Amino acid sequence: MASTPSTAEPIGTTAVTPYDDQIVKMFFTATVIWGIVGMTVGLLIALQLTFWQFNLGLEWTSFGRLRPLHTNAVIFAFAGNVCFTGIYHSMQRLLKTRMFNDTLSRFHFWGWQAIIVAAAFSLPMGLTQSKEYAELIWPIDLAITVVWVAFAINFFGTIARRKVQHLYVAIWFYMSFVITIAVLHIFNSLAIPATLLRSYPIYSGLTDALVQWWYGHNAVGFFLTTPFLGLMYYYLPRAAERPVYSYRLSIIHFWALVFLYIWAGPHHLLYSALPDWAQTVGMVFSIVLLAPSWGGMLNGLLTLRGAWDRVRTDPVLKMMVVAVSFYGMSTFEGPMMSIRAVNGLAHYTNWVIGHVHSGALGWVGMMSFGMLYWLVPRLYEKKELWKPQWAEAHFWLATIGIVLYTVSMWAAGLMEGLQWRALNETGQLANPIFLDITARLQPFLLVRVVGGAMYLAGVIMMAINFWKTVHSPDEGRVETVPATV
Amino acid sequence: MADKNQHEEHQESGSAYGRFHRRVLEGRGALFAVATTLAISVGGLVEIVPMFSASWGPERSASVTPYTPLEVAGRDIYISEGCNTCHSQMVRPMRAEILRYGEWTRAWEYTYDRPFLLGSRRLGPDLQRVGGKYPDAWHYQHMEDPRSISPGSIMPSYPWMLRKRIDPTDIARSVRALARAGHPYADTSDEWVASELQSQGEAIVSNLSTAGIQTAWDTRIVALIAYLQRLGTEGNEILEEQERLGANAEGIAATTDVVSGTGGDDR
Repeated sequence: MASTPSTAEPIGTTAVTPYDDQIVKMFFTATVIWGIVGMTVGLLIALQLTFWQFNLGLEWTSFGRLRPLHTNAVIFAFAGNVCFTGIYHSMQRLLKTRMFNDTLSRFHFWGWQAIIVAAAFSLPMGLTQSKEYAELIWPIDLAITVVWVAFAINFFGTIARRKVQHLYVAIWFYMSFVITIAVLHIFNSLAIPATLLRSYPIYSGLTDALVQWWYGHNAVGFFLTTPFLGLMYYYLPRAAERPVYSYRLSIIHFWALVFLYIWAGPHHLLYSALPDWAQTVGMVFSIVLLAPSWGGMLNGLLTLRGAWDRVRTDPVLKMMVVAVSFYGMSTFEGPMMSIRAVNGLAHYTNWVIGHVHSGALGWVGMMSFGMLYWLVPRLYEKKELWKPQWAEAHFWLATIGIVLYTVSMWAAGLMEGLQWRALNETGQLANPIFLDITARLQPFLLVRVVGGAMYLAGVIMMAINFWKTVHSPDEGRVETVPATV
Repeated sequence: MADKNQHEEHQESGSAYGRFHRRVLEGRGALFAVATTLAISVGGLVEIVPMFSASWGPERSASVTPYTPLEVAGRDIYISEGCNTCHSQMVRPMRAEILRYGEWTRAWEYTYDRPFLLGSRRLGPDLQRVGGKYPDAWHYQHMEDPRSISPGSIMPSYPWMLRKRIDPTDIARSVRALARAGHPYADTSDEWVASELQSQGEAIVSNLSTAGIQTAWDTRIVALIAYLQRLGTEGNEILEEQERLGANAEGIAATTDVVSGTGGDDR
C-alpha cells in the first residue's frame, strides 16, 4: 500500500530497453484468452457427458470432435503460451541478454497463434489424425515443426550470446523442453499423406500405439512438467525471496527426470498385446520416476523454508505451494497407476481423467496463475494488482474446484472399474448392461461439472483482474530493471 | 538486483560433483544440449527400435487382410467423428472383459490399423468385437438416434451421417496412400475402388432394405456400418481356425503364431 513510485526511467524513453518485454506481454495476453477458451470447451464437454443435449445436435460440436479441441487448447494454447511467457521473461533475465532475434520471437508468437486458430477450426470440422494430443492434420504438423525450429534457434541463440557464464537450473529444464518436444513431435507425426487433409502414419498397429504413447506420455513429461519445473525454479525463489533449497538435488533430479521420463510410455498399453517386455520396462521406469519427481517437489517446497509465514498471506506463494503439492500428488499417483494390477482397474475409467486433471488443474494451472499474479504487475509496471483479494478468491475457487473435480473422478473411476469387472456367484457379469453403470456415474459427473465451473470462474476473475491492472493509471515499478546491459 | 542474488546464490554451493557439473556442463550451452539429447534418446530407442524386429516386436500374422475400400471409408469416418475418444478397441485378457466383449485382442489383429485406435477411455463399450454382434439396421438406427435403441445412452446422435455421401475418388486416394504404406490391394485405381465401394455398399443397402430402411450405397452410414461389422470378425475366424487345428494336431505345441492360409475370405 506504500505509495513509493520508483519509476527509474521516464516512460516513453527512446533508449533501447535491455530486455524484450513486449513479446512477454504478447504471450501473456494469448495465455489468458486461450485459457478461457480451452477451459470453456472443457466445461461444455463435461456437460455433454451429463446431458447429451449439450452436443447441440451439430456435427461440429459433438463430444468426439470437441474433446480433442479441449485437450489441444489447454495443453498447447494455454500451457504452451504460459510457458513461452515465462521462458521469454525469465531467460532474458537469467542470461542477462535480450532475446537473440526479435523477429524470430514475433514469428514464434504469431506462428503459434495461427496454429492454434487452425486447430480451433480443423478439429470441430472432423479433420484429425486421431492420435491423442497429436490430432492435428499433417500440414499443421509441418507448421508446428517450422515454428518450433524458429523458437529453438531463438532459444539457443540467446544462450549463445548470454552475459553470464553459467546456465541456471531453470534453463536446463527449458532446454529439455525445446529439444524433446521437437524429437517427439517429428517422430510421432511421420505419415504418408493421402490428401491435403488426410494422412496415414508410417507405423501400424501396436507399433503405432507405442510411438504415440512415447509421444503422449512425454507431452505430459516435457510440455507440462519440465518447462513448468523451469518456471518453478525461477519464479518460486523470486516470489519467496529465497534461493533454491538444494543445488545438488537440482542436478540429480534434472538428469534422472529427463532420462527416466522417456521410458514410461508403455504404461498406457498395459494388458494390451504389446510385447510383455515392453510393458514391463514401461511399468518399472514409471515407478522409478517417482524419485526424481519428488526430488523436484521437495526442492520447490523446501525453498520456502523460512518463508512459510508469507504463504499464509501471499496468493502467489499459496498458488505455488498448492501447485507443487499437486505435482507431488499426481507424480505419486501416476507411478501407482502404472503398476499392472492397479492399471487393470484404473485404465479406461474416470480415474485417469481425475489423475490428469490433478496434474493439469493443480500443477500446471496453479503454477501458471501463481507465476502470472507475480509477473503481471511487474511486467506492466504497476504497484499492485487491481484487486489482490480477487486473487485470493481465485485461489480458493480453484483449490475447491480441483478437489471437487479430482475426488468425484476418483470415486467415479473406482466405481466403474469395479462394476465393469464384478462377477456374480455364478461367475457371470454382475452388471451385464454397460449403460446401467453409465447411469450410476451421473451424480459424480455433475460434481465434476461444478468443480470445473468453479475453476473456470476463477480464471475469468483473474482475466478481469489483469485487464483492470494493466489498464490502471497507477504507475509504479515493483522491480528495478537494469538500465543498460 | 534481487534477480541475481536468489538465482546465482543457489549454484555457488560447493559439493564436488556440483563443481564438476558447473565447470563441465553449465558453462557450455552446446554440450549441455548434446547431453540432454542423449539422455532423452536412450529410452525411446530401446523401446521403439525392437518393435520393427520379428522376434521382439508385436506378433504378426500373414492371414490378416487389409480393410476393403468401403471399410477404409468407414474407418476414416470413425476417426473423423472421434469415435475413439469414447470407444476402445482392445479387449484385455481378463475374465470380465472376455465375458463382456469376447475374445481378448491379439497383436496381429491390428496389422493394418493405421492409425491404431485402441482408445484411452471407455465412455461407451469396447468395439473390438462389435462386428456381427448386431444387424446392420441396428447400427443405422443407433447412429440416427442412440436413445431409440439404447435408452439412457449419452452418445450424440449422428443424423447427418444418414444424409452425407462419401466421395469415391477421395477414398481412392486413401487406398493408394495405404498401398504405399504396404497394405496389399489387388488394384488401387479410381475405377476399382469405385466398383468395390459400390458392390460392398449395395450388399449393406439390401440388408437394410429387409428391415424397411431405404438408403443409397454411398451414404456415410453405409461405410461406417461396413467398418463396424468388420471389427474383430477376422480375428475371431483366425482364432477359431487356430483352435480347431490345434485340437486336431495333438501334440503340436500351441503357439500364438497364426497358421497361414485361413484368411483372405472375400467380404
